[in-house]
Amino acid sequence: MLKINKLHKSYPIGDSSLHVLKGIDLSVEEGEMVAIMGSSGSGKSTLLNIIGMLDEADEGEYILDNVPIKDLTEKKAAIYRNKFLGFIFQSFNLINYKNALDNVALPLYYQGLKRKERIETALFHLEKVGLKDWAHHLPKELSGGQKQRVAIARALAANPKLLLADEPTGALDTKTSHEIMAFIQSLNDEGKTILMVTHEEDIASMCKRIVRLKDGVIMEDAFVEQVRASEYV
Amino acid sequence: MRFLLERDTWQEVFDSLGKNKLRTALTMVGVWWGILLLIVLLGSARGIENSFNRLFGSFATNSVFVWAQSTSKPFKGFQEGRQVQLKITDAKKIEDNVEGIEFVVPRNRNQALVIHDFLSGNFSVSGDYPLLDQVQKKKMIQGRFINQTDIDENRKVVAISEEIYKQLFEKDAEMIGEYIQLNGMNFKIVGMFETGGNMGPSDDMNIPFTTFQQIYNMGGNIGWMMITGKPEYDISQIEADAKLILRNLNKVHPEDNRAFGSFNLGKEFEKITGFLTGMQFLTWFVGIATLFAGVFAIGNILLITVRERTKEIGVRRALGATPFEIKRQVVLEAVFITLIAGLIGIITGGLILMLVDSLFGQGPEAVLVNASVSISIVFIALTILIVLGTLIGLIPAFKATSIKPIDALREE
Repeated sequence: MLKINKLHKSYPIGDSSLHVLKGIDLSVEEGEMVAIMGSSGSGKSTLLNIIGMLDEADEGEYILDNVPIKDLTEKKAAIYRNKFLGFIFQSFNLINYKNALDNVALPLYYQGLKRKERIETALFHLEKVGLKDWAHHLPKELSGGQKQRVAIARALAANPKLLLADEPTGALDTKTSHEIMAFIQSLNDEGKTILMVTHEEDIASMCKRIVRLKDGVIMEDAFVEQVRASEYV
Repeated sequence: MRFLLERDTWQEVFDSLGKNKLRTALTMVGVWWGILLLIVLLGSARGIENSFNRLFGSFATNSVFVWAQSTSKPFKGFQEGRQVQLKITDAKKIEDNVEGIEFVVPRNRNQALVIHDFLSGNFSVSGDYPLLDQVQKKKMIQGRFINQTDIDENRKVVAISEEIYKQLFEKDAEMIGEYIQLNGMNFKIVGMFETGGNMGPSDDMNIPFTTFQQIYNMGGNIGWMMITGKPEYDISQIEADAKLILRNLNKVHPEDNRAFGSFNLGKEFEKITGFLTGMQFLTWFVGIATLFAGVFAIGNILLITVRERTKEIGVRRALGATPFEIKRQVVLEAVFITLIAGLIGIITGGLILMLVDSLFGQGPEAVLVNASVSISIVFIALTILIVLGTLIGLIPAFKATSIKPIDALREE
């Protein structure tokens, strides 16, 4: 499903350059739930950005769903992102002047769907995250957990192959974190492939596989016994 | 261009503009003011032009009046200070010999005591050819002007101005075919014309030229002549040529500038037309410049808005918006604000012109006559707005997509 070979990335800092990723090899199968861990500066966010096509590697190979991702123009990247990927951000990144329904429908707008279809699909996904009754509320009227659920519904709306989550529970309290994780796990149970960046051990332990990065290389890549978040709820 | 017809495109525009209504409204003030200024100034300029046209309206504008004065130089045995007398033959010679002449109309004028029933008054009476109507348009209210038969038969007929009618006749009294006494002679009224405009000497009464010569014993003498040039000829040149011939015919020194006086209507008209053109240019200049300032203000505000929305734009791009879609949206917002502000400006400008028209545009003495702008000017203004809006929108549009989504999304 996702295959990465010898990925390198460095950023120029003044005259020198910072080598952030030093040859990453990673392959993720369909239906996996992978946590990428590491301290800050380990390159985990850079890796996620490259996988999310928000950034491009200097060297190496990246194949997503049998499509080699290379020579991305902004336009091509936008189309791939829309087609393959769903993003969940730490700070939710909902558009504050659009209500929950319109937020969820936004990726579908960029897919070029008709309004009626978009509303139907968006409502379906809002129902799935349990916020159908909140469809016409603005983000500021929702709690943090609700916002993240709207964001998850939005990430799911375009029916992506891969869900990318960047510290999805970073801005939430423990109880809400566990609720969100329980929901993400249920998505994974349904077969969604999920890749998340986190630095919290208990969150990582709720995934099925943990990849540990340090100084731009993979230190450890192990399948783990998944802790069900529902145990805590 | 199909996206323009889609509800969502506009929903996006309204959403993002409605987010900060006050700022959007303030942004629009600049363009609104620019277009308002353009419309009101252009309308007023048109009003002034119309009022000048009304003043000159009754005259052929490429005309010059020539009359005789006294000489300032001795010539061929004559002392200086000799009173020169224009003759009807002079008029004929000028018509035959000066290039580019349309008509030469000899005229005479005197005072007469006019009596009708028990009412009387002193008025000017002019002896005229029917041709006068070509040079100084007579707006007939009733009846006709002097015609060729009147001239040929030395008829005692008269065309009177509305002013005289008001002074000598009862209200609504019939006057065509009535007789009035001019210096004791009965003249039959054949027509009534509107009292002359504000330019040049206005006539009270016109009688046939030949009749005038007879009753005032003028012989071949004339008071002055009106020379009209063909449109393609320079009236100043015609004036100079005519005066040269007159000096020659009347044995006046060729460089004697005092012997013949003249009033060049064409030159005066040119001055005013030049002034009006200048005013119109100024109006466009000021209007467009203000419009530019307004549009730049919109561009500036959108640039700020785009910067504020950096994160939102990043999210949209992460969700699959192409750079083109983002740019299109920003440009559309720019054009939309510009256009709406412009339309409000045009409407308020039109209302102000209507107000101006009702305050200053009424009656014969009005300073601004029919102050208005044509539809084509409105369209030109709208086109300028759309073009400027698009161009200025491109700046924030490119700014919006110049930041990579990864940088836009980076957590603080």
